Amino acid sequence: MAAGQIPILRIGTTLLATIQIELHDTVVDSFQNDVLEEIEKTGAKGLIVDISALETVDSYVARMLANTAKMAKLMGTETVIVGMRPAVAATLVRMGYFMEGINTALSLEEGLQLQARQSNGTVE
Amino acid sequence: MSPPGNQDDTGSWEIRIDKEADIVAVRQQVRELAKELRFDQFGVAALTTAASELSRNVWVHAQKGVARISMLRNGNRVGVELEFVDHGPGIADLDRALAGGYSTAKSLGLGLSGTRRLVDEFNIDSQPGRGTKVVIRKWKKEY
Repeated sequence: MAAGQIPILRIGTTLLATIQIELHDTVVDSFQNDVLEEIEKTGAKGLIVDISALETVDSYVARMLANTAKMAKLMGTETVIVGMRPAVAATLVRMGYFMEGINTALSLEEGLQLQARQSNGTVE
Repeated sequence: MSPPGNQDDTGSWEIRIDKEADIVAVRQQVRELAKELRFDQFGVAALTTAASELSRNVWVHAQKGVARISMLRNGNRVGVELEFVDHGPGIADLDRALAGGYSTAKSLGLGLSGTRRLVDEFNIDSQPGRGTKVVIRKWKKEY
């Protein structure tokens, strides 16, 4: 599968990546690089990854998401993962994977609000 | 969506795993069956995630193997059985793998230990140098 299958949009100083497809490992790998390159290109202050369409998040995808957030953080960009489904949250925790240190929000709207508060310096 | 594998005359699906995309094929077939059997969303996610972890193990460690997906009936109970067989390197320290102690480039080391926590029955037979067979079962919750 080719790179660039996950659309990354720019909204003001925030990048929004919406994962809408069944994830192959190769897509997962290229997504990580694409996002980091977009951050550099756009100077985005925030990154929101919308996973509301994902019915399955296995340990590989979970780690990719967490690592992407850590990499973005090193570049100076805060990530919020939004829209995790109940069954996905339950499955990850039952497996023993807690996504520690990762910002999450219930919906895209709340993710944008969280990001706005962060860039105003009212959160951390 | 047409099933990626062929259903055989025992009602099971067999999917050969020999490329990365087969992980997705196994996952989709398991999701389809679990939904058809009306597992709730937690059951569907647990089965699909388990299928993903175990088929990735086959692909990453053995490069090829076979996944067999079957429907179970026991009285009024309905369940799904997944079997993964490969002839790869096997697992030298099974206890450590089951405790989640192995972490490799492609996994958190949670593949086996995490999968075990998602299902009702978990059996593994692994011989170093000979291969690995994992069989898991999950029964639908009746309310």
